[in-house]
Amino acid sequence: MLGTAIERRRIMIVLGVFAALALITPFLDLFLQSLVTEILVFGILAMSLDILLGYTGLASLGHAAYFGVASYASAIIMTKKSWVVTYAMFTWTDSAGLGLFYLFFIGVLVAIAFSAFFGYLAIRAKDVYFLMITLSLAMVVWGLAYRWSAVTEGDNGIIVPGRPSLFGFSLEEGLPFFYFTLAIFLLCLGVLYLITQSPFGRTLVGIREREERMEMLGYNIWLHKYLAFIIAGTFSGVAGVLWTLYNLFISPPDVELITSAEALFMVALGGPATLVGPVIGAAIIRSLQQFVSIYVERWPLILGSIYIITIMLSRLYGVDGILGIANKFRRSFAAENNPKD
Amino acid sequence: MVSLSIANVIELSYSSLSYASLLFLLASGLSLIFGVMRIVNLAHAAFFLFGGYIGLEAYNIFYGTASIMPRLIQLATWTALYFAWRGLSRAAGEGRAALGLLSAYIITEIVTSMIWDYRFIELFFPVIKLQKIDQVNFLALSGAIAVAVIVVGLGGMLIERFFLRHFGHDTLAQVLVTIGFAFILQDGSLYTWGGDNFMFEAPWPFNQSIMIADMSFPQYRLFMILVAVLVGLALLFGIERTRLGAIMRATVDDPEMARGIGINTNIVSMSIFAIGALLAAIGGVVGGAFFGVYPGLDFEILPYAFAVVIIGGLGSLTGAVVGSLVVGFMENFGTALFPELSYFALFAPMAIILAVKPTGLFGKG
Repeated sequence: MLGTAIERRRIMIVLGVFAALALITPFLDLFLQSLVTEILVFGILAMSLDILLGYTGLASLGHAAYFGVASYASAIIMTKKSWVVTYAMFTWTDSAGLGLFYLFFIGVLVAIAFSAFFGYLAIRAKDVYFLMITLSLAMVVWGLAYRWSAVTEGDNGIIVPGRPSLFGFSLEEGLPFFYFTLAIFLLCLGVLYLITQSPFGRTLVGIREREERMEMLGYNIWLHKYLAFIIAGTFSGVAGVLWTLYNLFISPPDVELITSAEALFMVALGGPATLVGPVIGAAIIRSLQQFVSIYVERWPLILGSIYIITIMLSRLYGVDGILGIANKFRRSFAAENNPKD
Repeated sequence: MVSLSIANVIELSYSSLSYASLLFLLASGLSLIFGVMRIVNLAHAAFFLFGGYIGLEAYNIFYGTASIMPRLIQLATWTALYFAWRGLSRAAGEGRAALGLLSAYIITEIVTSMIWDYRFIELFFPVIKLQKIDQVNFLALSGAIAVAVIVVGLGGMLIERFFLRHFGHDTLAQVLVTIGFAFILQDGSLYTWGGDNFMFEAPWPFNQSIMIADMSFPQYRLFMILVAVLVGLALLFGIERTRLGAIMRATVDDPEMARGIGINTNIVSMSIFAIGALLAAIGGVVGGAFFGVYPGLDFEILPYAFAVVIIGGLGSLTGAVVGSLVVGFMENFGTALFPELSYFALFAPMAIILAVKPTGLFGKG
C-alpha cells in the first residue's frame, strides 16, 4: 500500500499546522485568541460527530444533547451550593488543584450515560428514523434545560464565576486557557485518530459501506453502531465541559436544534470521514459568525444561504466538503502523472 | 404534583383536543411530505410561521391598515427581473447575464442610496409594518387563509422544484437544505414584519366563550377543531377517492412503474410538497389567534410536530391523527400536573413507543 507514506505526511502536516497555531496565537489580539479557542472547542464537537456521521454513516441531529448535558453538569457542580455532596467534592478537589479533572470526570460521565441511554433507543432505527429519534431525544434535553428551572435556571442560564485552576496554575487569562484547550483538542484528535485507524474503526467504515455484508461476515452491527454512538457522545461531552469553561455561561440555546444542525453542517462542509475536515468546517462557520455578525444584522439569513449553497454545490459536483475538493484535485493530478494506476 | 378536579379535567381535555387539532394541521403536512417523498422537512414549522405572518398581512390589507402597494411593486419587480434574465441570458449567455444584472443592481443600489434615502432592495423584499386588528369578521379570516395557502403553497413548489429535487434520498443533504430554508424564512420574516408578537383576534362568533357549570369553553378552540376535522376529511377523501389521490398512491408504491405508465412523478412530487406546505400555512393562520405570531415560534413547535409523526408513524394519516391526540393531551395534562417536567412527560412515552416500534404506531417503514 502507498497509504503509509502519504498518511505519515498528512499527520506531519496536521501537527505542523497546530504547532504553528500554538506559536502564533500569543501574538494575536484577545478577540482572535478567543475565536481560536472557540473553534477548537467546536472542532472537538464536530470531530466527535464525524465518528458517527462520517465513519459510521449515521446522521444524528441531536448531537448537541451530549454536549449540552456535559456542559450543564459541569456548570451545575461548580455553582449549585445546595447540592452539598457534588459542591463539597468540587471545592475539595479545587483546593487540591484538581477541580478540572473532577469537572471533566463528572461531565463526560454524564454525557456517556445520556448517550448510552439515548443510543440504546436510537440505534435500532435506520436513516431518517434515526435522525428524527436523535432529534427528539435531544429536544428532551433542551426541554429539561429550558423548563426544569430548579436545576438548570431555565431561560436565564447558569453563570459560572470562574475557571478552576490546573495544579494551582490559573487558567483565568485567555492565553493559558487556549493552551489548555489546545492540549485537550490534540488529545481528542489523537485518540479519535487511533480509533478510526483501529480494526474497530475499519469495521465502522465497512458498516457504512455495506451493512448486510458486514453482518454476513459475522460482525455485530448493533454493538458497533452503539459503541460508535457512545464514543461520539463521550467526546461531545469533552467539548461540552470545555464550552462551559470557555464561555463561563450555559443557557438553553446552546443545546437546541440549531447547535445540532450546525455540528452536522460543520462535518458536511469540511468533509465527512476525515476528522480534520470537520475542524476546518468549524473554523469556517465560527469565524464567519464572529466576523459577519459584526457588520450585518441578518446573520441567520446568511447562514441559511451558506447551508443551501454549500450543499447544492457539493451535490451537483459530487464532492464531499472542502477536503473532498482537495482529494479530487489530488486524485486527478495523480492520475495524470501515473496513468498506470 | 397538583390534583385536578373533574371540571379541570374536562376543561383540559377540551383545550387538549383543540391543541391536537392545530398539531394535526402542522404534522399532517410533514407526514404527507415524508410518506410520498421521503423528505424530512425541517422547514415545515417555518412554513407554519410564514403562513401566520402572511395571513396577518392579508388581514391588515383587508382592513386598510397596511398598503398592498409594496406587494404589487414586488411582484412587478420580480416579473421584470425574470424577463430581463430571460432576454439577457438568451442574448449573452447565463454567466454574463447574471453578472450584468448583479452589477446593474449594485450600481442602482449605490446611486439610489446616494440621491435619496431609499434602499433599493425593498423593491424586491419590502418591509411591511403590521398593526393589531380589533374588528374582524369571518370573511377576512377565510380570505387570510386563502392568501396564505396560495403564497406558501407556491413557495413550497419552488423550493421542491429548484432545490430538494436534486438530492434524491440523500437524507443529510435534505436536512441541511431544509434547515437552511428554516433559517432564511425565520430571519426573512423578522426582516419583513419585525419582531413584535402579533395576536390574531378571533372573528365573531368565535371570540366568545360558552359557560357551562362554571367551566368556560372558548369557542375559538371549537373552530380550530372544526378546521382540523375538515382538513382531515378532505385529505382522506383526496387520497382515497380521487384520481389525483390514486396517482399519488401509485407514485408512493412504485415510482418507476408510475413513470412507466405515463405519470409525471416530478409534478406529483411538486404538488405533494406544495400541499404539505399549505397545510402548515393553514395551521399558521388558524393558530395565530392561539399562539400568536412571533419570531422563534417555528423552532418552538417543530419538536411537537416531530413528536406527533414519530408517535403516529411517518407517512400515515391515521398516525398523524392519533399522534396529534396523544401529544395534545400529554402536553396539556403534563403542563398542568408537572409544569417543570412537561417536556419530559411528552417525550418519555415517545421514547418508549420508539423502543418497542421504531417506525411509530402506524408507520409502514
